[in-house]
Amino acid sequence: MFSHEDSERIRGAFPELRERVNGVPLVYLDTAATALRPAGPVEHESTFALTRTAAVNRGAHTLAAEATEAYDDARATIAKFIDARPSDLVFTSNATESINLVALAFRLASAVGAPERFALKAGEEIVVTESEHHANLIPWQEVAKATGATLRIAPVTDGGVLTVGAVESVLTERTKVVALPAVSNVLGIVNPFREIADAAHRVGALVVLDACQAAPHMALDVTATGADFIAFSAHKMYGPTGIGALWGSASVLAEMPTVLTGGSMITRVDYDSADYLPAPAKFEPGTPRLTQAIGWADSIRFLDDIGMDRVAEHESSLGAVLYRLVSAVDGVHVLGTNVGVERVGLVSFAVDGVHPHDVGQYLDSKGIAVRVGHHCAQPLHKRLGVDSSTRISLGVHSTLAEVEFAVDALARVRGFFGVA
Amino acid sequence: MELESLYQQIILDHYKRKVGYGINHGGHPSHQYNPTCGDEINLQVLLSADGSTIDGIEWEGTGCSISQASASMLAAESKGMTIDEFEKFAGGFREAMRSRGEIVLDEEEYGDLASLSGVSKFVARVKCAMLAWVAAEDSVTLTRGSLN
Ligand SMILES: Cc1ncc(COP(=O)(O)O)c(C=O)c1O
Repeated sequence: MFSHEDSERIRGAFPELRERVNGVPLVYLDTAATALRPAGPVEHESTFALTRTAAVNRGAHTLAAEATEAYDDARATIAKFIDARPSDLVFTSNATESINLVALAFRLASAVGAPERFALKAGEEIVVTESEHHANLIPWQEVAKATGATLRIAPVTDGGVLTVGAVESVLTERTKVVALPAVSNVLGIVNPFREIADAAHRVGALVVLDACQAAPHMALDVTATGADFIAFSAHKMYGPTGIGALWGSASVLAEMPTVLTGGSMITRVDYDSADYLPAPAKFEPGTPRLTQAIGWADSIRFLDDIGMDRVAEHESSLGAVLYRLVSAVDGVHVLGTNVGVERVGLVSFAVDGVHPHDVGQYLDSKGIAVRVGHHCAQPLHKRLGVDSSTRISLGVHSTLAEVEFAVDALARVRGFFGVA
Repeated sequence: MELESLYQQIILDHYKRKVGYGINHGGHPSHQYNPTCGDEINLQVLLSADGSTIDGIEWEGTGCSISQASASMLAAESKGMTIDEFEKFAGGFREAMRSRGEIVLDEEEYGDLASLSGVSKFVARVKCAMLAWVAAEDSVTLTRGSLN
């Protein structure tokens, strides 16, 4: 875990941590939903907006040229963070849009039967897992509906573990795409995505990795993941809302059909046809998200300055303590095992006799911000035998004292509601 | 905001007691769902043969203490009301819930339900308190429709 000095320095970067909620200091344990923002990147983003706003990729004036350069630099910074080439990183609104872009490409290709890798027909198969966020499930349901392909669901164990064998059990030579989370936003378990990607590739399927809950918490090297596509969002990485990315391997992006079209993505245009630029431009029509890209790149530099290996070590060590303390509370049941798996700093749980909404309200009265509900994963909750849960998730600013404070409050919830 | 202003003891009692829980008669239940938290209720209003009076309310569902207590209190308080009385009653409750703490429900008129007045200060919880009421109004409409 971070030393006290390091922790204080990191916490100092987040003005929101000095806020009071209901008259008590904020304990923010909801980074998995949306991360707090450090002051430096926000201030830089705002200065940039006030002094350097201009059209990207248009016009010859100095400010336009500078804006273009800053935008390209931001893309390069974010790409480097995941060991990717800038040309393979497509900006989107968020991870949800990234996944939809791929899903829509499948639907468009299926309608005309080409290109072959993206064209699905009746009898062919799409594989997702039981631990999916709705964002990596519903787009694939829609693809199945539109193409007649079959959606197959790779099971998790009762402890929430997704094994390579479980995915292999639903893979066939008819599987054309496998979508999975790198880390489930309910379970916090790191899935064996490399081995699963290799298995998927053995049957010739494309692999879509939802890295929303991985990218902010561990060093990711896109090539090492084995995936063909990776989706993630800035707002879970201490960056702004409104921007996310789709990474794709160069050859797959080259083949992938364009989905949205318009300005900024073309070379020659006639009245009846047009030629498109290569990726990433061919997937980014219209005026780009300039200030958001600048802000995101700054939040990435903030993480890089700490070092992703140190971030991962801090959060997983603290997460292990969190898991142990929460599971020891009377009447509390954690979703997902901690045995034989790697985990991030995230724990979801049910409290006997008390609904998550009431748990969250009680914790909120102590200044503790957690997520309650189904966390956009209704099928997974049903699979695990609950309607909803309460989730504590850690960030770079989280401390042992905060974890202990939250667990202490949690231990008093059942007494307050008279069910202990 | 004070937690005790939201969770009065009487609310926690209803949460456990659940008046009207269990659907035991044929009727016209309304199923309502709160997509943000996944809470569900299935509730039916049983009307007199001529459709003018509430004979009782039966419900089943899962949810937080506020949504369950609201359903339980609604079942307890609305029995014997005419439809006109019920519509006015529900309108007043809705108005109070949307008032952000401005309107406190009259204990004479609303009985145990008056204890839910504090919910209106917790904007995120108003939907919880309203879930059963939306179902009740819908069920009345369905039931009366079937009588015509
Ligand atoms: C695992 C996972 N996938 C996808 C998403 C969707 O991200 P966004 O809402 O930023 O598109 C989230 C966040 O809610 C998530 O946790």
